[in-house]
Amino acid sequence: MNLDARIPAGPIERKWERHRFEMKLVNPANKRKYGVIMVGSGLAGAGGAAALAELGYRVKCFCYQDSPRRAHSIAAQGGINAAKNYRNDGDSVWRLFYDTVKGGDFRAREANVYRLAEISVNIIDQCVALGVPFAREYGGLLDNRSFGGAQVSRTFYARGQTGQQLLLGAYQALERQIGLGTVEMFPRHEMLDLIVVDGRARGIVVRDLAGGGVEAHLADAVCLATGGYGNVFYLSTNAKGCNATAIWRAYKRGAAFANPCYTQIHPTCIPVTGEHQSKLTLMSESLRNDGRVWVPKNPGERRKAEDIPDAERDYYLERMYPSFGNLAPRDIASRAAKRVCDEGRGVGPGGRGVYLDFADAIRRLGEDAVREKYGNLFEMYERITDENPYRVPMRIYPAVHYTMGGLWVDYNLMSTIPGLFVLGEANFSDHGANRLGASALMQGLADGYFIIPYTMGNYLASLPPGPPGADHAEVRGAVAAVEDRLRRLLAVKGTRSPASVHRELGLLMWEYCGMARNRAGLTKVLEAIPALREEFGRTLTVTGAGGELNQQLEHAGRVADFLELGELMARDALEREESCGGHFREEYQTADGEARRDDDRFCHAAVWEYTGEARAPARHIEPLVFESVHLATRSYK
Amino acid sequence: MRVTLHVWRQRDARSTGAFATYEADDISPDMSFLEMLDVVNERLITRGEDPIAFDHDCREGICGTCGMVINGSPHGPRRLTTACQLHLRSFADGDEIWIEPWRATAFPVVKDLVVDRSPLDRIIAAGGFITAAIGSSPDANAIPVRKENADLAFDAATCIGCGACVAACPNASASLFTAAKLTHLALLPQGQPERLERALRMVTQMDAEGFGPCTNHGECHAACPKGIPLEFIGRMNADFLRAGLTRGRREAQAGDAAGG
Repeated sequence: MNLDARIPAGPIERKWERHRFEMKLVNPANKRKYGVIMVGSGLAGAGGAAALAELGYRVKCFCYQDSPRRAHSIAAQGGINAAKNYRNDGDSVWRLFYDTVKGGDFRAREANVYRLAEISVNIIDQCVALGVPFAREYGGLLDNRSFGGAQVSRTFYARGQTGQQLLLGAYQALERQIGLGTVEMFPRHEMLDLIVVDGRARGIVVRDLAGGGVEAHLADAVCLATGGYGNVFYLSTNAKGCNATAIWRAYKRGAAFANPCYTQIHPTCIPVTGEHQSKLTLMSESLRNDGRVWVPKNPGERRKAEDIPDAERDYYLERMYPSFGNLAPRDIASRAAKRVCDEGRGVGPGGRGVYLDFADAIRRLGEDAVREKYGNLFEMYERITDENPYRVPMRIYPAVHYTMGGLWVDYNLMSTIPGLFVLGEANFSDHGANRLGASALMQGLADGYFIIPYTMGNYLASLPPGPPGADHAEVRGAVAAVEDRLRRLLAVKGTRSPASVHRELGLLMWEYCGMARNRAGLTKVLEAIPALREEFGRTLTVTGAGGELNQQLEHAGRVADFLELGELMARDALEREESCGGHFREEYQTADGEARRDDDRFCHAAVWEYTGEARAPARHIEPLVFESVHLATRSYK
Repeated sequence: MRVTLHVWRQRDARSTGAFATYEADDISPDMSFLEMLDVVNERLITRGEDPIAFDHDCREGICGTCGMVINGSPHGPRRLTTACQLHLRSFADGDEIWIEPWRATAFPVVKDLVVDRSPLDRIIAAGGFITAAIGSSPDANAIPVRKENADLAFDAATCIGCGACVAACPNASASLFTAAKLTHLALLPQGQPERLERALRMVTQMDAEGFGPCTNHGECHAACPKGIPLEFIGRMNADFLRAGLTRGRREAQAGDAAGG
């Protein structure tokens, strides 16, 4: 398998500039002859579709939601990083680059990360031009805050709804193109397969979710911006519809999957309340700027939070990581929460929770100042839990939030299938083994607004325009395969709903492939998943028919793919015999319980190749070469 | 707790619908309204019956996908709360609950509680944007924006596009939705060049989609889960009026510019 990342030569600061010059261009008059398919309409998808259409390509954009404005980027709360250094506090492109590489535990591709930091400043400019109402100061200039493990204030935000405002900016740019007729939008359409002709990605098979029809769409290139696969855990902070089907189908058509085991568990989510729980809700990490995290010192403590004196509380993040304290990065804060709960010191029903306490902040700043900063988050917490966080501490617990792994891409964001590009969370490239706060929005928009418009041109310039005909054997074959899969899901007529199997898979993954992993557990899950998959194939029930709106059929197809992806995640986690970022193997830790990386054996991306239905996937590697930063042990003590 | 549900069931846009009654017992007050529907659906599936179709996605009150009329109120009884963030503790044990889709000519039913809200996207496509091609922007701090304006623009921009305003309005008007976007963009310096043309186009599209006129009932504001203020409709009307009055002059100027 060819895993040439095509990293441009030269010093890291000049690579992107040089590459932009060296890439081929498509003549403006020829651009309209090329068609591009964009799957997904989040920051990367909507941004990329709008940017490509502005250049003159004919774009078709697909999303499973009823409107492109609903993609899950909308739920991001905290902010977006950019190395503007408007605060004069020592930030720079280089520092953002270094923080991101270090935050990712030195498991990301250096050149990609540098480009991301470089582009970050253009993103803010573009968003403001599109009318994104970022928070401002009284002088009228943009406000910043520090966020998630950063020691400079580089995060731009729009109250607790930054993702919403950025997405609406990209959505409006996309709608403008739709109005101009340069983008054809297909809402309520879900990609169910990739069409590869003569080794190149040439189209997709979709199901019209409202009417049930299956159809092929063909183009000169295909982009997937379909987000992450956190819903393999059933409970996560992802939207209910988020799924891995597009990237999984591409994987099975030959796109390699990198680092599937890298999942991010976010430390500040509202704990699970019962078996009916359908999803988990994030409380923005920005709360850790003023909230103090603690648990009682004594296991089995029965008193209410307010009755426990300070001397009997363990502010464990401040104790364990004195220099970062409550702002320790996500993976570290999450593991620490798990550890204190495992010790029997967790709070709330079931003992899986820790306190996030604002009493000190309210004393220091006043309740009004706290309300000004976090009012909407406090309201959201109260609405869900029926508890008033101004009076009693919040209860939080880690939850699955983001997946750093994804389809392997080269520097041009192209997968191992020529003509298949992968953008945003769906690819693997920028966050290594752990993503820093406020970096997902940055990556989505960088890929969509500023990278794919260049690299797409470079690809198309070497290709005569014109997709294959709809009657091409590969096209008909892909459509028939999708129809067959749908028919089989409908035909089982067993007793178990897709949701019940999904929930069972999620529990397995959370238990054995979640915050802490070990050989025994991973081996167990590698046996359990095929058994569950077999049961799914035997006992599934999908009500209704294929030719109509059928939400059970949609869910069943997604669960079928999660049942395969979960196995690959466990396999990857088992093979990676080290602890790094969000991947914590209990066998590989220091005496004081910190992650122990093994740079000699694992300083690489693990890249998985599909080799056939009944065969084990092949593990390849892309060595990670660090020329500009020194590999260091990540310490936040 | 236990509640009795009367749910609108409709096979597709062409079929006629009717209420069906379901008993939901063994329900926890900590469940969200949609989680309660999940439980009811799981039980229907076990019995081999078609579950209730409803739109939902983020379940955090931000994506705007969910929406149903609950006991006559869009998104249900709790102020500033979407259906996904409504919890069963807002109801009493033994309550009867009536659940219907958004009802508006412009929003045809797709199935059960799912409606087609694409007219709202077309209103945005008609003009709900700032024309700023990717890559063409000046430094973000080059143009200061008064904090009051930025904050008010943000308030308008928090609209989630759920369509509750349309469902609440006796005229099924989309004025609050359209006004929110117009207000957001009209309060920012970047939004000024297209301001009047934008008002003209979006309002024209709104009318073309079959939404009714605004007659100041204020039901939209009461139902809005984000509390978008009614006064934004006044701002929309002012810009629309100004756009109409100055249309001839603007067109003449545009003609001069093109000719020159």
